[in-house]
Amino acid sequence: MLEAQSLAKTFNPQTPNEVKALNGVDLSITEGSWVVVVGTNGSGKSSLLNAIAGTFFVDTGEIHLDGQDLTRRAEHQRAKLIGRVFQNPFSGTAANMSIEENFALAARRGMSRGLTWALHAEFRESLRERVQRLNLGLEDRLSNTIGSLSGGQRQALTMLMATWVRPKLLLLDEHTAALDPKSADQVIRLTEDIVSRDKLTTLMVTHSMQQAASLGDRLVMMHRGQIIHDLRGAEKRRVRVDDLLARFEEVRRREQLDETAAEMLRQAYI
Amino acid sequence: MTLLIGVLSLGLILSFLALGVLISFRILRFADITAEGSLPLGAAIAAVLLARGVEPTLATTAAFCGGLVAGSITGVLHTKFKIHGLLAGILVMTALYSVNLDIMGRSNIPLISAVTLASYAEWAGAAILGGGLSLNLFGWEVSTRDVSVFASVLIAISVAGLILYFFFRTNLGTAMRATGDNDQMIRALGVNADYMIVLGLALSNGLIGLAGALLAQYQGFADVQMGIGMVVLGLASVIIGEALVGSGSLGLSIAGAFMGSVLFRLLVAIALRWGLDPNDLKLITAVFVFLALVAPNFLNWLGKRSVLGEENRIGAR
Repeated sequence: MLEAQSLAKTFNPQTPNEVKALNGVDLSITEGSWVVVVGTNGSGKSSLLNAIAGTFFVDTGEIHLDGQDLTRRAEHQRAKLIGRVFQNPFSGTAANMSIEENFALAARRGMSRGLTWALHAEFRESLRERVQRLNLGLEDRLSNTIGSLSGGQRQALTMLMATWVRPKLLLLDEHTAALDPKSADQVIRLTEDIVSRDKLTTLMVTHSMQQAASLGDRLVMMHRGQIIHDLRGAEKRRVRVDDLLARFEEVRRREQLDETAAEMLRQAYI
Repeated sequence: MTLLIGVLSLGLILSFLALGVLISFRILRFADITAEGSLPLGAAIAAVLLARGVEPTLATTAAFCGGLVAGSITGVLHTKFKIHGLLAGILVMTALYSVNLDIMGRSNIPLISAVTLASYAEWAGAAILGGGLSLNLFGWEVSTRDVSVFASVLIAISVAGLILYFFFRTNLGTAMRATGDNDQMIRALGVNADYMIVLGLALSNGLIGLAGALLAQYQGFADVQMGIGMVVLGLASVIIGEALVGSGSLGLSIAGAFMGSVLFRLLVAIALRWGLDPNDLKLITAVFVFLALVAPNFLNWLGKRSVLGEENRIGAR
């Protein structure tokens, strides 16, 4: 389904702020698989998602999705295949527009938008029905502006918007990080429902070890723009939060060792 | 009464400008000052064509198209060449000054003898209201010409407002509004945000060009300087409209834009009557917009202060 080959991206090259966000990432995801990505801050996990979504073009490497070469395609052209939920609940919705208008926008993801009415009775009906299933009590407030809702409600609606038209790939970028624990829990349960019901191919970045251990069927750990662990099948199912923390600790210690070792060498030889 | 009708007509004509400013500043959230060039551009195109005896509707349509082109150039400069929006507008506005002079061939074209949309309105008015030169309206003696021009402009702006309202409820229009609201979201939903900005600016400046063409036909001349201060004028109208009816919904915003435009004209007329020096008009307008922009923050601050003061007093007790 998704084939990403040797992706590399350097931000601000040849300046003091140079950052190697992606440093040769190979990732292939089979149809219907749910891949969870974890990593320390600056490990490149969000950059990986953004590279696939087309927020920026990669310096080298290729991205194929559903048999199509996306490498040089603009963000809005990729949207036909990709549904996204952002970390910030404000990013995924147009705050000053009504709930139904936001959904009307989402319902035409990747389609042409002409001079036909954005809203009509039939659409309102199916929207009411689907929103009702969220149990957020929003089905009678569909003409209210979405900005009047809480972050959790907005994120739940964004989740529904991103999957209204079935995406070939669903990208979730720490989509519960900005929510309070209760809302985060709700959104995660909704995510599980939708992903399993529609059998969506999903790539999810998370900072929560709890989510990483319990969700998905494959776990990828990133560090310094590279994939350092890739756990699948039984190995993924066995993983506990403690194991993940231990692996992070290991990464941290190796890093420290590198630095102290370098320092020792410097003192000994220079 | 004659003065009042004149003021109202002028206000309605300038509400095309207010609608244009509403699209760029409020809906796209793009500080577009191309208007200062596209308004005289519309006037210039219409005036030159009318002076040569071209059909007034055709001349006015050409003015609208001129505005469309001007707006899309600003849009392309901003989106394709990554020039800051304000600077893109300044570039096009500056270039248009020369273009307008080239179109007109001189700095002022009188339209006294030309057949214009105003003459059409006059003829229609004469046919409907009877041939009299003046007419009794609620006990006031007013000229048939003024009334018919006013009525025609009112119809025109209502139709334009309705079309705009319906446009912004289509899939395309909704996507355009969302582009101003949250461009990250709209790109993720597969909309080419750049295209929306170009299209929106074209539409905005098309309406402003139309305002220029109508203004020239109403006042009987086109002048290369007539664009100065137009952005602030349009903004003032939009802000007054928001104060009157709020900005809660699309329909209210559009209705507010032309109510604001008319009210602003009235206020200006009253101020001039009181003996305001016409030279100070733009200064006053700018100060007014400044006050309208800072007032909400100031009131907020005042509110907080009084609440804090209240708490302090309670604390002291």
